Amino acid sequence: MATQHSRSAARIMMAPAVFLLLVWMLVPLCMTLWFSFRNYLPLRGGDLGFAGFNNFTRFVSSSAFWPSVLTTLIIVGGVLLISIVFGVLLAILLDKPMWGQGIVRILVIAPFFVMPTVSALVWKNMFMDPVNGVLAHLWRFFGADPLVWLQDASVFSIILIVSWQWLPFATLILLTAIQSLDSEQLEAAEIDGATPLARFFFISLPHLSRAITIVVLIQTIFVLAVFAEIFVTTGGAFGTRTLTYLIYQRVLESQNIGLGSAGGVYAIILANIVAIFLMRIVGKNLDN
Amino acid sequence: MGRIQLKQVKKAFGDVVVIPPLDLEIVDGEFVVFVGPSGCGKSTLLRLIAGLEDTTSGVIEIDGEDATALPPAKRRLAMVFQSYALYPHMTVRKNIAFPLRMAKMDQAEQDRRIEAAAKALNLTDYLHRRPGQLSGGQRQRVAIGRAIVREPAAFLFDEPLSNLDAALRVGMRMEISELHKKLKTTMVYVTHDQVEAMTMADKIVVLQAGVIEQVGSPLDLYHTPRNKFVAGFIGSPRMNLVEGTEAAKHNATTIGVRPEHIDISTTEGLWQGTVGVAEHLGSDTFLHVHGVPGCDPVTVRIAGDVALNHGDTVHLTPRADQIHKFDAQGLRIS
Ligand SMILES: Nc1ncnc2c1ncn2[C@@H]1O[C@H](COP(=O)(O)OP(=O)(O)OP(=O)(O)O)[C@@H](O)[C@H]1O
Ligand SMILES: [Mg+2]
Repeated sequence: MATQHSRSAARIMMAPAVFLLLVWMLVPLCMTLWFSFRNYLPLRGGDLGFAGFNNFTRFVSSSAFWPSVLTTLIIVGGVLLISIVFGVLLAILLDKPMWGQGIVRILVIAPFFVMPTVSALVWKNMFMDPVNGVLAHLWRFFGADPLVWLQDASVFSIILIVSWQWLPFATLILLTAIQSLDSEQLEAAEIDGATPLARFFFISLPHLSRAITIVVLIQTIFVLAVFAEIFVTTGGAFGTRTLTYLIYQRVLESQNIGLGSAGGVYAIILANIVAIFLMRIVGKNLDN
Repeated sequence: MGRIQLKQVKKAFGDVVVIPPLDLEIVDGEFVVFVGPSGCGKSTLLRLIAGLEDTTSGVIEIDGEDATALPPAKRRLAMVFQSYALYPHMTVRKNIAFPLRMAKMDQAEQDRRIEAAAKALNLTDYLHRRPGQLSGGQRQRVAIGRAIVREPAAFLFDEPLSNLDAALRVGMRMEISELHKKLKTTMVYVTHDQVEAMTMADKIVVLQAGVIEQVGSPLDLYHTPRNKFVAGFIGSPRMNLVEGTEAAKHNATTIGVRPEHIDISTTEGLWQGTVGVAEHLGSDTFLHVHGVPGCDPVTVRIAGDVALNHGDTVHLTPRADQIHKFDAQGLRIS
């Protein structure tokens, strides 16, 4: 256990990192809060003084606000669902001994290393393009009319692209978790008469619950802020405008920094609500 | 019922033959112990019986029916693992209930069996706890509880006590023996602990490199070991195996004398030597005597406390009627 001395030494050694983190986070946060109360229009006169709660009421009363919150939540939920379900299945599959295991694992993990902008462009131009995309060819092969993915199934397309990027992460975490499962537990269950399906639900899945919790928490944080994938595919059209994208439009397209900052504060609140909600449901998996 | 027969059962992992074709019969209600040095295939044999490993060739019959191809669940056997293999996220009650739940037994019957098992194993106060909140001995009892509620045809134990401390091991040993007396169900028990094997078994199976060296009651093995390996393996401390001219006097390649069958004197005897290490246990004294030709050191066991220490000269005389003789192949000469 830590002695008095080692504790104070630890504090001193941690101080630079804590200081850096604080500055890193606090400065932008304070600036956002400050601008959200200012009437700041860079191209129309600059900082025009104090605005009270004007920015906040204007941001919420905009007809785009609630749909954008909803879109954000749908995208987060969809990505979580796909990456957890397929992540668990892939992890179980990859855990089985097979020929060329090393290469298969690297291939599965590869999408994680592709930059979001690049992967979104690849999906947009090579897969989802209604004329030349692979999916369009597939549709035509079966005699169907190609789907205009980014227009007719826009939100689903975004979910698909983002899931494709996050699936490797989920698979990787879940694979390491599944490898730590004591094989004697599965054998004991087998002797106890559990079918393969029962073994999965009663033994493997509970064993994975902690890893799943971690994947859910981390992915939620990142997917709430998803931007590049929307920017290069639909540009926020066809109902794919998330809260982040709305803020971007307010700041850069409408050149209203005060309004955008107010949106930023709402984004913080939304993230916290989601976080509290998640911790309530899955957080208990993390203790014990 | 729980009669298990192995007929020419063979197991190989790839090219490595772990168990060459082997025959064994386990009678209903018997307590059979597999002993042998580490890596000799005890666990593998047990797992073959359980159905966790496939036989390479040969037939396993349970109660006269061919069970070679049956999945583990269908063999009506219960297994207790060395690591206990409890389900960590379930309470003790759910752990014990698991096999019943898998068998879709009705709730009232489940409860009745769980209560009975918990009472028999002193687990009633712990039913709501998780395995992580139990001591090693309690976990072991939960594992046994999970096995007995199924009322299986036979129990399989793989070194169930090796993770417990010495005192607890003695206690659990008795509990398992009593359980066997009460249930009268076949038990197959793997261990490398001498004392467990000698005290618990109706029948001991001594294995070496997958081959059965001898099958018999504990005292059978103690009094008439079939070969040098069994002679050296059964009994603690180990039997002294003397070679050379001393053995030739008995027309054998090797003679064996157990430490407790050697008389010791400070004045006269057959063999002379000096005491190396003297272990004074209070109840017994173990002397390791150097200088006897053909066996170094000779271990001698003397009841009670004796005033002999390092460096003392002693004379040893093996009791003539307790000398085991072995030929050049290591087999017993009757
Ligand atoms: N899955 C496997 N693949 C290859 N070899 C194996 C496998 N399982 C066991 N073996 C080998 O089979 C032999 C017997 O193993 P086993 O586990 O049955 O020994 P044991 O008698 O139980 O030993 P211990 O007392 O140390 O538990 C060992 O040499 C081991 O290396
Ligand atoms: Mg073993």
